[in-house]
Amino acid sequence: MADRDVTTTGAGEEPVPAGRPRQAAEEADAGPGGPRGDAIPGIPIPRRARHRDPDRAGSSWAWLFLLPALILLGAMVVYPIAYTIWRSFYNAAGDAFVGLENYGDLFTDTATFTALKNNAIWVAVAPAVVTAFGLIFAVLTERIRWSSAFKLLIFMPMAISFLAAGVIFRTVYDQDPNRGVLNAVIVSVHDTFVESGQYQGVRPRDTDQLTAQGGGFVTADPVPATEPVQIGFVALPPDRIPSDAVQAVPPPDGPGLRGVVWLDFARGGGGEPNQIDPNEVGMPDMSVQAVQDGRTVDSTKTGPDGTFAFPELTSGSYTIRLPSSNFGAAFNGVTWLGPTLVTPAIIGSYVWIWAGFAMVLIGAGLAAIPRDALEAARVDGATEWQVFRRVTMPLLAPVLVVVLVTLVINVLKIFDLVYIIAPGSTQPDANVLALQMYLASFGGGNNQGLGSAIAVALFLLVVPAMLFNIRRFRQEKR
Amino acid sequence: MKRTARLLPALFALALAAAACGGDDDDGGAASQTSAANLQGQTVEVAAVWTGAERDNFTKVLDAFSQQTGATVTYTPTGDNVSTFIGSRIEGGSPPDVAVLPQQGVLVQLVEDGSLKPAPDDVKQAVADNFSQVWADLASVDGQLYGVYFKAANKSTMWYDVAALENAGVQPAATWDDYMTGAQTISDSGVTPVSIGGADGWTLTDWFENVYLSQAGAEKYDQLSKHEIPWTDESVVTALQTLAELWGNNDLIAGGAKGALQTDFPTSVTNVFAENPKAAMVYEGDFVAGVISSETQAQVGTDANFFPFPQAGDSAAVVGGGDVAVALTDKPASFELLKFLASKQAGEIWAAAGGFTSPNKNVDSSVYPDDVSRAIGEALVAAGDNFRFDMSDLAPAAFGGTVGKGEWKILQDFLADTSDPQGTAAALEEEAAKAFGS
Repeated sequence: MADRDVTTTGAGEEPVPAGRPRQAAEEADAGPGGPRGDAIPGIPIPRRARHRDPDRAGSSWAWLFLLPALILLGAMVVYPIAYTIWRSFYNAAGDAFVGLENYGDLFTDTATFTALKNNAIWVAVAPAVVTAFGLIFAVLTERIRWSSAFKLLIFMPMAISFLAAGVIFRTVYDQDPNRGVLNAVIVSVHDTFVESGQYQGVRPRDTDQLTAQGGGFVTADPVPATEPVQIGFVALPPDRIPSDAVQAVPPPDGPGLRGVVWLDFARGGGGEPNQIDPNEVGMPDMSVQAVQDGRTVDSTKTGPDGTFAFPELTSGSYTIRLPSSNFGAAFNGVTWLGPTLVTPAIIGSYVWIWAGFAMVLIGAGLAAIPRDALEAARVDGATEWQVFRRVTMPLLAPVLVVVLVTLVINVLKIFDLVYIIAPGSTQPDANVLALQMYLASFGGGNNQGLGSAIAVALFLLVVPAMLFNIRRFRQEKR
Repeated sequence: MKRTARLLPALFALALAAAACGGDDDDGGAASQTSAANLQGQTVEVAAVWTGAERDNFTKVLDAFSQQTGATVTYTPTGDNVSTFIGSRIEGGSPPDVAVLPQQGVLVQLVEDGSLKPAPDDVKQAVADNFSQVWADLASVDGQLYGVYFKAANKSTMWYDVAALENAGVQPAATWDDYMTGAQTISDSGVTPVSIGGADGWTLTDWFENVYLSQAGAEKYDQLSKHEIPWTDESVVTALQTLAELWGNNDLIAGGAKGALQTDFPTSVTNVFAENPKAAMVYEGDFVAGVISSETQAQVGTDANFFPFPQAGDSAAVVGGGDVAVALTDKPASFELLKFLASKQAGEIWAAAGGFTSPNKNVDSSVYPDDVSRAIGEALVAAGDNFRFDMSDLAPAAFGGTVGKGEWKILQDFLADTSDPQGTAAALEEEAAKAFGS
């Protein structure tokens, strides 16, 4: 225990882990050169320190020295809070007293209510997830060799401003797989497992002739084997026309069911719909199935000019099916910033930034846990999981609470990430109170009364968490 | 003014390019076309939002004024928020002599505050000589003229990828019906026809305004702008139904409606003109040209071109915006400068330098540096009295200018689901009533 000096110096202003023995702390604080000011109200003065007071006159000197700080605090903290509260009772123009009307709007205005709801989601999810990740990283980094490098890496996002992080994640979540890295990953994984057809995205020219079925197309009516069939498609991008495709031709005469599948669009325009014109190419390598009574009786592929034939099928009627393997399902990735996923997506970016912060604090806490307690447990035959669950966690709990509460305060005032990442169309779905406060005050409505009311509400929400943290700090100091 | 903010990077790039070219030609020309008063020894301070290349070009105009009159002109950039800048200068007791306001709303507000000086008769005459009546009306409050519209923006320009239209064999469309037919053909050719920057609500309001102005006519447009007729009016529903023909068809929009709502304005332009284009056409104002040249390799005029917004109704119409110069002091030099800005000569100086569209009908369109800007300028002047200001810019910001609120949000919802134009009109009316009522 003696060689772990964290308890005395490493703690500093940071929350001190539970492992720290009360007595040692008291001795350290009360020792010579204890940094504590005498006149700070509310903090009990250790008995031994008191004799250094010259006399009562010292307290007026103390006030004099405190004066600059008090003026600053008054001007920059107390006055704005008081003014905001006062302002929240007035209307948009600030010239008429409206009582609590602005506070009523908090719950009736749909935008503000969405913001309130989203804030609840944020508070419920973000701190817990960040703390969980922080804990995992802290526990893991304690055991690996390159822990400093790893910690540095995880902590690095903290060095980036929220604005920059927002810009980064706006791109990460971009819908276009060519820009958004997340969708790029998802689309390429998807494409590895699901084969996308050569003719993805094409549409039948004549929707009466062909109907969509299970990702492919079938003829609406059965086709008699004696009658050649012509199937036209459109909307194949010019750069995806197969290089072996040649001018389409009507199916040549011969025995059996036959037909042509072609691209019913002439480059440069001028073609007649549903008619094979010059400059219109066949769609080669398209698999074609002949179906009778729900059973595939034969299948083939089209040639370079788009023609196909079933020489065996000389009589009866068949439904022609172009199976989905030709077309594939167009997959565009996930709309991360759409109405449903936008809040989880932004929370994800928040986790990326803050996990390092949680890791560092929890790591300090871990280092302060007395080794002998862990060793004792191991000697008694506890598994590693049991040691973690029954010894480490309880000793670490106070640190976890501090991290959690700090993050709750931080999450309640989240603004920049939401403002930057959410596109205009889904910003209302991602709205949070701090953003709504800004939007109501300066974002067009210019209702600073309502904005002030939101600010006061936000303040009231933060106060319990702050009081909780302050109380903890004091307990630790005692 | 979100538009300006969006454009700043583009303009900045243009400014750099212009600076790099280092054109130092002096085309001020001492020729005195206007009856120049002698203002030797007098000073005029002009405040405007322009910086970079725009500032340089405006300075050329001011230099010409100095040469003619002998007055000393100083230019002060206002920063992005003109009304705040001018408000604080008035508060401080030293307003600039002349200010160029980018928003109609600021003009009205300053007139109501009594900060603007009414234009004297010779300025009125200059405006009447050089502009369509609509520009005088726009610069007037309660029938009294307060300023001169010096610079205009044409927001009725449909930009297209020349190669994509050629490949599909489609010609630029004059009417909405032709436009829809063409869009279908482009889609058949395998290229998505239209890119919409639906993540920015203002692009959608501009779509609506172009359709509405042409369909319902200027008179109804004015009434709707002032909320004298409700948004539930049949004409609004009809315009929404017209838009739904395009917006409701996922085959015709890059990424479908869902993708469009994730596309911001600059991306909607690069969707069309960058490599691997995703669409053939994009609608927005003349400033698209700036985005094309700064963000893509496409050459405006050869790879990229525009046609006027297809007419959805009977009247040819141009929606746009403009910058109005007003006098905040009644020095003779202030008014003399307004008169000069109303002149053919002032418009031509900047028009020749590029990046400028003049609403002045006497400006010789041959001075524009390229075909595209010439066509934009000509379309604007040709619209004459059928030119109208961007309606959403005229509305209170809570309705027409706020992300996630009012018209922006409701039209985004309409793009997501076009099945209920009546409901959309009702929602618009509800928000408009709230915004205009307060």
